[in-house]
Amino acid sequence: MKRTVITVVGKDTVGIIARVCTYLANNNVNILDISQTIVQGFFNMMMIVDMSGASKDFEILSDELEVLGTEIGVIIKTQREDIFDKMHRI
Amino acid sequence: MININEVIETNKMIEQENLDVRTITLGISLLDCADPDLDELNRKIYTKITTIAKDLVATGNKIQREYGIPIVNKRISVTPISLVGAAACKTTEDFVTIAKTLDRAATTVGVNFIGGYSALVSKAMTNSDQLLIKSIPMALSQTERVCSSVNVGSTKTGIDMNAVKLLGEIILQTAEHTKEKDSIGCAKLVIFCNAPDDNPFMAGAFHGVTEGDAVINVGVSGPGVVKKALETVRGQDFEALCESIKKTAFKITRVGQLVAQEASRMLDIPFGIIDLSLAPTPAVGDSIAEILEEMGLERVGAPGTTAALALLNDQVKKGGVMASSYVGGLSGAFIPVSEDQGMINAVEAGALTLEKLEAMTCVCSVGLDMIAIPGDTKATTISGIIADEMAIGMINQKTTAVRIIPVIGKGIGERVEFGGLLGYAPVMKVNTFGCDSFINRGGRIPAPIHSFKN
Repeated sequence: MKRTVITVVGKDTVGIIARVCTYLANNNVNILDISQTIVQGFFNMMMIVDMSGASKDFEILSDELEVLGTEIGVIIKTQREDIFDKMHRI
Repeated sequence: MININEVIETNKMIEQENLDVRTITLGISLLDCADPDLDELNRKIYTKITTIAKDLVATGNKIQREYGIPIVNKRISVTPISLVGAAACKTTEDFVTIAKTLDRAATTVGVNFIGGYSALVSKAMTNSDQLLIKSIPMALSQTERVCSSVNVGSTKTGIDMNAVKLLGEIILQTAEHTKEKDSIGCAKLVIFCNAPDDNPFMAGAFHGVTEGDAVINVGVSGPGVVKKALETVRGQDFEALCESIKKTAFKITRVGQLVAQEASRMLDIPFGIIDLSLAPTPAVGDSIAEILEEMGLERVGAPGTTAALALLNDQVKKGGVMASSYVGGLSGAFIPVSEDQGMINAVEAGALTLEKLEAMTCVCSVGLDMIAIPGDTKATTISGIIADEMAIGMINQKTTAVRIIPVIGKGIGERVEFGGLLGYAPVMKVNTFGCDSFINRGGRIPAPIHSFKN
């Protein structure tokens, strides 16, 4: 299983989580964990997802999520979980 | 499981503090391309590079995409060309044809630099070494992406002063050949003592003869991240300062290790080493000078600078060593003048001199780097500067290097623009007292007493 971290950063507004989750559900991406916090007035959300059953390639999902972010007015980044694991865990 | 604060911390390093992987460098051995026929040699070199490196750039871009970390450069280093071309090249022009082949191969695979137009002459020069060195001004002025280096000394062999003398002249000729572009050719020429075989950073990268057929070496960076971390320990003692640098170096290096392993796996080429270097860029907030100033110096060059740099270099290594299974290359803090806005500011303010930079090179990698000097500097004076720097490396059993640019037509205080990652630099003052009789003696400086550890 290749776990991926999706981060959403921007001004809080109605329906951000709903829009992102709908997109993920439509593409058969399973959400394992969601957490959110407010940093310096900005909405920060992190999702850990499993893309192994996804209906599209990583690159396409990543691009489409970026476009979705632009529509909502937030920045959506998609990264493999390893980079965070390596940096913060021994 | 990873928590949101850790994710935010990592992404802040990337987005606001210029954390990046500076280079994935693919080392390629060209020893098996050697051929007495020059055309055949060039054909083999081009084919080997463009075959092994064909997916390098795409792989780098894919890793960048998947992990969200910028991979600034994808580069290639090759076996020193003085060895590869020894059988085929009878003239300097013959060697230049190889430089052009390297340039063409680099363009084809899409890398911005290819290193290894080099000679290893730490004891003496062969005929082939001499021809290659004499061809450097032509090679660097007729190619765009080729980088050259010459190793003229080591702790085990001493210093080849004949090569040092010759290179003073070669540097001036290279400057003259590229004078319409502020003598930029010299920015692609490094003179080394104790050159490492596995350095991924340009312009001094070459694929050493002790290496395998192909290898992936990765250079990490992140002065901005260290600077930000140090802001949180302002006013605290040295223990707190050192802990902060170590932890940050660990985190930066782990990212490099991950990228190196992924690149190695995807390209099916063995992983060599991580080079734990803090490499600045001209971007604001990506500066070694700013780290030293954050430690408490008014300007780099002030008393205390050498101690601050020694501490920084040592802590970066201590933090980084545990983060990677293989560490090598230059590993340390780079102090190029033109590529670091804080260094430029210090020179322009009169805080930083060539002599202080030389002292700083005793405690950090690598050496006198990207320093512009007046175009009318004598060849013997340049050789003297090289000899001093090589002596520091030889005696202290460390790598040292000189990448110095006599800018034709410009004098002290004038500004030189190199563009891109190479930045801009003010022309610095050079001590004008002569050393002609010293340099003109010829021969070599013997290996130091501590080289006899047998």
